[in-house]
Amino acid sequence: MEMLVYLIPVSLLLGGIGLAAFLWSLKHRQYDDPDGDANRILSSDWDDHPKP
Amino acid sequence: MSSAAPSISACPACVAAPAAEAVAARRAEKATGLILSLPTAHCAACISDVERTLAAMPGVTSARVNLTLKRVSVAAGPEVTADDVIARLKTIGYPAHELDPGLLSVTETDKRGRDLLMRLGVAGFAMMNIMLLSVAVWSGAEAATRDLFHWISAAIALPTLAFAGQPFFASAWTSLKARRLGMDVPISLALILASTVSLYETFEGGRHAYFDAAVSLCFFLLAGRYLDYRSRAAARSAAEELAALEVPRATKVEGGEEKIVPIAELAVGDLVRVRPGARMPVDGTVTEGASEIDRSLLTGETLPVWAGEGSVVSAGEVNLTGPLTVRVSAAGRDSSLHRMADLVAVAENARTKYTSLADRMARAYSPSVHLLALSAFTAWMYLTWDLRLSVNIAAAVLIITCPCALALAVPAVVTSASGKLFRKGFLIKDGTALERLAEVDTVIFDKTGTLTLGAPEPLDLSEWPRAHLEIVAALAEASSHPLSRALAGALSATGIRRASVTDIREVPGSGVEGRWRGTTVRLGRAEWLGAEPGARTATWFGKGDGAPVEFAFADSPRPGAEEAVRALIAAGKDVFLLSGDGEAPVAALARTLGIPVWQSGMRPEEKAARVAALTEEGHRVLMVGDGLNDTAALAGAHVSISPATALDAARTASDIVLLGQDLSPLPDALRIAQIARRRIKQNFGLSLAYNVVAVPVALVGLATPLIAALAMSASSITVSLNALRLR
Repeated sequence: MEMLVYLIPVSLLLGGIGLAAFLWSLKHRQYDDPDGDANRILSSDWDDHPKP
Repeated sequence: MSSAAPSISACPACVAAPAAEAVAARRAEKATGLILSLPTAHCAACISDVERTLAAMPGVTSARVNLTLKRVSVAAGPEVTADDVIARLKTIGYPAHELDPGLLSVTETDKRGRDLLMRLGVAGFAMMNIMLLSVAVWSGAEAATRDLFHWISAAIALPTLAFAGQPFFASAWTSLKARRLGMDVPISLALILASTVSLYETFEGGRHAYFDAAVSLCFFLLAGRYLDYRSRAAARSAAEELAALEVPRATKVEGGEEKIVPIAELAVGDLVRVRPGARMPVDGTVTEGASEIDRSLLTGETLPVWAGEGSVVSAGEVNLTGPLTVRVSAAGRDSSLHRMADLVAVAENARTKYTSLADRMARAYSPSVHLLALSAFTAWMYLTWDLRLSVNIAAAVLIITCPCALALAVPAVVTSASGKLFRKGFLIKDGTALERLAEVDTVIFDKTGTLTLGAPEPLDLSEWPRAHLEIVAALAEASSHPLSRALAGALSATGIRRASVTDIREVPGSGVEGRWRGTTVRLGRAEWLGAEPGARTATWFGKGDGAPVEFAFADSPRPGAEEAVRALIAAGKDVFLLSGDGEAPVAALARTLGIPVWQSGMRPEEKAARVAALTEEGHRVLMVGDGLNDTAALAGAHVSISPATALDAARTASDIVLLGQDLSPLPDALRIAQIARRRIKQNFGLSLAYNVVAVPVALVGLATPLIAALAMSASSITVSLNALRLR
């Protein structure tokens, strides 16, 4: 049962990281154009070199 | 040192001034951002085409396409105008329209959606963590371990509920203040009661805590709320876009100089110049110039009307051939267009408010749930005199009956149905429009602009001698009158070459004149050529002193109109054609499309009266129309549809906007609405059935948190899956 001492904080931490990532993506307007984002991965515009 | 001197100022404001200027400059830079509607963009290639082309334009700093909204926002220097961008996009094959950024309250609507999404995310993550802990409790954690898990759950659940439950608490509070019982009152009560009872149980080391149920309840309800918001926001943003397409500006003439001003700044007595092809911004009298005027949007008549000095024009009419100067007699709020729109608003408010299925359900639901919980509490108190047990059972009843499935049932179906209709070209403006559309048994069409395209097509061109047609092609090419344009288009499609006509000039309000091999040739109005005007829409052609000949036009039916009418009649609906136009064209169209009942020359009040009479007889009327003459009927009908090309007032009055040209999906829309209505009812049935099973379990005190969680998730998931069957 001592494992719980580690496991519970670890699971909470992982959940927290997930939540933080979600809030970050929300703040940075990642959900504004779902159709566009789905299509943008198909374009090869910036595949070979980084965006200037 | 001297270079630093300016910063040592007597007043703090002077120091702040440069900073403020910099801020203002940055704002001004942002203000030059253009927003354009890109209706045809649909794929990855479209995005990169548009963005690459625009980024290569000098002066453009960035361009980003939003495919969901079908818009492109361009950040550019002040030297780049919307017209440049539109012209550039046209060369690569994308039609674009400028949108008025002031009317698109983008940030405002976005903020609410993001807020809901954030609460949904927080509730979701909290739910996952608490569920992990709860699984351990359900599978038999005992004593100290169970208490520890309950405490951790409480630590996660309480702040989560306080944050994520706010939309429900706020709305419950407002409805309580207004002395009503909405759906949100039992929800809030269940959330609060469940967390308090669970906290108490945790203190006492009890076996059951409902933190998981409370948080997942909150999560499912927020999901329903977000779906609801999304479908509304999509409709609203598209409606805003339609309104933003018409940039309300007018050209004011002041001391011989022309100035472009917003319509709101015009006053009675001002002079306004209206160019050919533009819509009258105001009511007024023509003081200078001559032209022809298209009144079809206002009255439904297709023949252009001549206007010269002294003619009275009203807002919404289209100036066809010559520039006009108009003295304003009523502008803005007072113009006949706006007075009509105001009348519509009054009619809409007077229309008995339709109560949606969900509202009717909620009205019966919340009192009965409260009553049930209260009677459970009293009964158990009476039987056992155990306060803790009784409160626990009452809380369990509230949680189990809470309308997870009910709150998801309508939004899930409406979202998936309006998404499906949107792909067919219908934009639902009102949430209950779908339900009302399902009840329709009578369909009334307007003619001009609704069943027809409102664009004339020349008739029987093959009957004319080729030499004539070559001259006509040359003359028609030189004018922007819609009849000339239609003629030129049809002639070039049949491969007629243009004759070499010289000295071509347009006579405003009359027609086009030129010289061909020494004789004067003319194309234009009957009166101008000395002929007797007929009943048909026509333009006349004269060569030298010869008798003028008539080129007749007919308005071509909208694509899909015939299929739509046939399918509607086959589905057992009554179909009527009511038009303000003359008898001959209306009868011809009714015959072509197979509409049995038609009426011509109807005034706006007569149309509205007809709709009211049919409603009186117990029919549910769907009105399809586009003009100012239809607005009263549109507002009075049970549900109404107008094409996107309709006048702003008509679009405002209707519940659904038809985005494309094609009418054929109309019967389909009725069918989808009926299926959606059936699904909503099925969903109510499903959640009721689950309550019938779960409530007795809760009443006898057997509802453990595990059962509550299972039942709740199961019902929410079945309801969502049932809604997805619509796709």
